[in-house]
Amino acid sequence: MIKVEGLTKRYARTVAVDNISFEVEKGQIVGFLGPNGAGKTTTMRVLTCFLPPTSGTANVAGFDVVENPMEVKKRIGYLPETPPLYPEMEVVEYLKFTGQLKGISSADINKKVSEVIGRCALGDVSQKLIGKLSKGYRQRVGLAQAIIHNPDVLILDEPTSGLDPKQIIEIRELLKHLSGDHTIILSTHILTEVEQSCERVIIISQGKLVAIDSVANLTNRLRGSESVALEVEAAGGTPNPSEVQGRLEQVSGVSRVVLKDSKNGKLAFEVESLQGRIIRSELARSVVNAGWNLSELRAVGLSLEDIFLELTSTEKKKAAPAETAVEEGGKQ
Amino acid sequence: MKNVLLICFKEFKGYFVSPIGYAVMALFALIFGFGFYTATRDMAQMGLRSQMMGQQQPMSVNDMIIRPLLGFAGTIALFLIPMITMRLIAEEKRNGTIELLLTSPIKDIEIILGKWLGAVLLYMCVLGMSLLNIAMLFLWGKPDLKPVLVAYLGLLLQGGCLLAIGIFVSTTTKNQIVAGGVTFFVSLLLWLLSWFTAFDASGFSQVINYLSIVTHMENFSKGVIDSKDVIFYLSMIFFSLFLTQRSMESLRWRS
Repeated sequence: MIKVEGLTKRYARTVAVDNISFEVEKGQIVGFLGPNGAGKTTTMRVLTCFLPPTSGTANVAGFDVVENPMEVKKRIGYLPETPPLYPEMEVVEYLKFTGQLKGISSADINKKVSEVIGRCALGDVSQKLIGKLSKGYRQRVGLAQAIIHNPDVLILDEPTSGLDPKQIIEIRELLKHLSGDHTIILSTHILTEVEQSCERVIIISQGKLVAIDSVANLTNRLRGSESVALEVEAAGGTPNPSEVQGRLEQVSGVSRVVLKDSKNGKLAFEVESLQGRIIRSELARSVVNAGWNLSELRAVGLSLEDIFLELTSTEKKKAAPAETAVEEGGKQ
Repeated sequence: MKNVLLICFKEFKGYFVSPIGYAVMALFALIFGFGFYTATRDMAQMGLRSQMMGQQQPMSVNDMIIRPLLGFAGTIALFLIPMITMRLIAEEKRNGTIELLLTSPIKDIEIILGKWLGAVLLYMCVLGMSLLNIAMLFLWGKPDLKPVLVAYLGLLLQGGCLLAIGIFVSTTTKNQIVAGGVTFFVSLLLWLLSWFTAFDASGFSQVINYLSIVTHMENFSKGVIDSKDVIFYLSMIFFSLFLTQRSMESLRWRS
């Protein structure tokens, strides 16, 4: 549905998007992830024919954005970062205007408007001036504008920014509902957002594509080793931290032990295993055998947040693999 | 064409949900009304005086009131037109709604024509305020209708021309005040060009003079439609709208 090849966008002095290629299949929800200034908005603007690419091609719904912008524009719905609203218009009036702008005939327009008002739960405010609406409602009006003509591709730039948790859940539900017939690209820097509603993730950083994969694959790829959080306490006061740490490090399969916290006589550790080792039962036995009490033991998965940080902080990315290799070599 | 009308009506309506439309019309009516009052008063006094002297001079309502008054209307418009055009594109840029327009299946030129036509509609309403005064002249006097119509046509062409310049200036900035100010000075300059060359007949001055917006109004206010003037206004409108279109296009490349 969307095919981007070697896309580059250069502004006067900076390269905003640098040679990005990706493809999105029909009906997928794709999360577009990256720190601020990574080039998310620029890429979206190219896809919506707002900006022309410096080089490379982008193909949306079978049409090239440079050669056939009119055809592309007919098939996309776009919600920019700040919803493009006219504060002096009423909600219904605005939706009628945008609907007609997107080519809905005047015979159909009333039906479409009432349909989209129902879908985005705007019934209560349909007669109000947009300028008087709260942020959440404005965002929904913006979304209504994007989906009113039932486009094949929906491009949403941070659709949930500035909304309260309840509204975020509502928007998320709406998006789930829309996927299937619509291909959706949404950009965000809220990671749970992506975990919750997207099937695939595209991570970009400083204009470059860093990763593109399904959410599950990405989490698995970086979770080769197990990470365990455990809390230790002793019957008579706080156990000696360095003693406990030394004990834990001796358990076979452990690569790293970090003391996280120490309060109320409890010591909290985070223990990482070597690649492919299960260490939880060993750890528990070792703690109990030493005469301490084990008050908590649980596996911690690497969250998307860690992956994101790992992939987008460039210094770490270059240095880290070499370092861990040395460490692992030393341990074994 | 459908898209042009869509934008046109949206703009026209937009003028009346904000105070701008009313303000422009009221200001025009006030100033024009004042001009009307002084012109009719002077004419009445002259008529009275000539009767007292015992010598009846032929006096024409067209020459003494309508012609200077409609010329004056063009001058007022010079000041009001920046108020009409300043928001057209600048506000869309500031609100971010330009992104909506440029990503909708509508051509740039349709957006521009729509906005220009919307502004022309408002300008027609503004000129319409003066019809009230002119109608009074027709009620109590017997002016010629044809020169009045020609003068209105001239005013409309002159206005359309300044509106097109205004919309071009509006594409170049996000700031409405800047757009309004620059438009005003450009219009003022085009008006002053005729003073610059008033007593000079050299070739260069002729060219400068030809470019003045006001020079071309003179024939219209006399009731004469000269194809030279019509062509001047139409080509100015065309040229300005063309520049606007290029400027809109450059928004995509530069932003």
